[in-house]
Amino acid sequence: MGRTLADKVYDAHVVRSAEGEPDVLYIDLHLVHEVTSPQAFDGLRMANRTVRRPDLTIATEDHNVPTTDILAPIADPVSRTQVETLRKNCAEFGVRLHPMGDAGQGIVHVIGPQLGLTQPGMTIVCGDSHTSTHGAFGALAFGIGTSEVEHVLATQTLSQRKPKMMAVTVNGELPYGVTAKDLILAIIARIGTGGGQGHIIEYRGEAIRSLSMEGRMTVCNMSIEAGARAGMIAPDETTFAYLEGRPHAPSGADWEAAKEYWRSLRTDDDAVFDKEVVIDASELTPFVTWGTNPGQGAPLAASVPEPSSFADPTHRAAAERALEYMGLTAGTPLRDVTVDTVFVGSCTNGRIEDLRAAAEVIKGRKVADGVRMLIVPGSMKVKAQAEEEGLNEVFTAAGAEWREAGCSMCLGMNPDQLKPGERSASTSNRNFEGRQGKGGRTHLVSPAVAAATAVTGRLTAPADL
Amino acid sequence: MEAFTTHTGRAVPLRRSNVDTDQIIPAVWLKQVSRTGFEKGLFAAWREDPEFVLNRPEYQGASILVAGPDFGTGSSREHAVWALQQYGFRAVVSARFGDIFRNNATKMGLLPIQLPEDVVEGMQDKIAANPAKEFTIDLEARELRCDEGGVQTFEIDDYTRWRLLEGLDDIGLTLRHSDAIGDYEAKRQPWLPVTA
Repeated sequence: MGRTLADKVYDAHVVRSAEGEPDVLYIDLHLVHEVTSPQAFDGLRMANRTVRRPDLTIATEDHNVPTTDILAPIADPVSRTQVETLRKNCAEFGVRLHPMGDAGQGIVHVIGPQLGLTQPGMTIVCGDSHTSTHGAFGALAFGIGTSEVEHVLATQTLSQRKPKMMAVTVNGELPYGVTAKDLILAIIARIGTGGGQGHIIEYRGEAIRSLSMEGRMTVCNMSIEAGARAGMIAPDETTFAYLEGRPHAPSGADWEAAKEYWRSLRTDDDAVFDKEVVIDASELTPFVTWGTNPGQGAPLAASVPEPSSFADPTHRAAAERALEYMGLTAGTPLRDVTVDTVFVGSCTNGRIEDLRAAAEVIKGRKVADGVRMLIVPGSMKVKAQAEEEGLNEVFTAAGAEWREAGCSMCLGMNPDQLKPGERSASTSNRNFEGRQGKGGRTHLVSPAVAAATAVTGRLTAPADL
Repeated sequence: MEAFTTHTGRAVPLRRSNVDTDQIIPAVWLKQVSRTGFEKGLFAAWREDPEFVLNRPEYQGASILVAGPDFGTGSSREHAVWALQQYGFRAVVSARFGDIFRNNATKMGLLPIQLPEDVVEGMQDKIAANPAKEFTIDLEARELRCDEGGVQTFEIDDYTRWRLLEGLDDIGLTLRHSDAIGDYEAKRQPWLPVTA
């Protein structure tokens, strides 16, 4: 029987397998940030262990970093201690680090692809659930907890069982103005936050093939919001074109050899998936969330749903609770929902194309009175590129704030937070209660919808302007 | 890791679905660099409500959390597991768990018990009717028993069960295969990137 893309990558990394035991799976790249690593490094020290492959490990500071005044010491002493702990650990164990202020610093899932460290067919892990982002290259990439971070540091492997395989096939073409973010939000609404549980999702079909690498990263990034272990897209010419010439991409004869291997990384025609979902791209429209989990979404043209419209009592109760938390009334058109904050950034939508999409909409327009718009590039390289293209001037002329790179308001571990009761349109990945600040209310949107929303102060698609 | 063999204790019903790890422990608590003290952050936002189930006197000292489906979705933060354990929970019962949470739990010795949704709801009803009710979890037998009779079997693979029963660490187990790891490394493709 044929094998899926994920089977092929997984099988190529099995160091040891034995009946009744998990496989020992080799890890090609381990990404590290300050939040989920300190206790892992402590564990190594307590057991007198070293990092087996510091040359396959790279660290960056992203979650805690302020997005203003980055050359000053971090004001919050707890955040500062966490960042300093990462610096000490990287120095002690010989791990390359991109600290605040460094031109290579940025969100861990933005810098891997940017450096060309993320390549097809690799296994990539990080103590961060959005590691699934790297699956856009045909890598098997997934998030792990701190115990597993320590395990990878010590052994460069993980103890794993092969997940099940799920296909999400997106046929047809995305209509004009409908983006990768709208697509993944619609997929999650369709299959639910537990729909991918225990599975690796392979995204396939014409609409996926037509996406840029950045769009593919947005889709794979939010696989975890559909409950999946990982998301993957088979590598193709789009992938190779993105990679070629990047600092850590193969070159010369290696480049040709690598490409030949990468071309074999596609699901065989006779492979069988454990689960399959088919979506028609041509029916999609800009999509936003109205609730407190990423599955609670609807087309922007729709209204806040009636909880009683959910047949499943668990979904009904969740919707009732969500509307209460979100301060929304069932039946309200989503276009009438007003926001006070717009956030463009995160590992979901903090790359250069995302900033271009937002800038295109807001160019020559103004952020509405009473609305705060934050633009936070995913990395210092993205920031530099955007400035070279003059995007920063487009944003500041519109009245938006142009910030330094980091995770920022996606999860508010730095000072960029919502206050209780504040409502955002956010290009990030989670609309959980309190995610962007205690009592804050989040609507997940695409960069284009975020920019249009900033202009009107209400959830708005660019076509509505 | 703390071994898990059998455990008897009272339970608390958390009738919410999609209890994500941001609710279990909000991000502000993740700034700590130690492994202790996370019990204070457990459900920090929800615990501000005096009526929240964990604040009710009849559930003080309960050690089994019986939650709605899709418990532990979202962020990979193992701090969620540490917070539950340090608060006093030894097991969580739900109809579905987030994959990373479940993995983290079994690495730390917090037992995730997956049961059908109607069974979980039935347990929640029984606990609400009598919060003093005790349950016994017997990992060897893969059984969850109620003090008034009634046995529910749950699934857990042999290997994870063995590791939990023995309280074994994965790292030590994997390091026994160091030679195999070295052999694998010798055969990796030459173009694979290094960060150095």
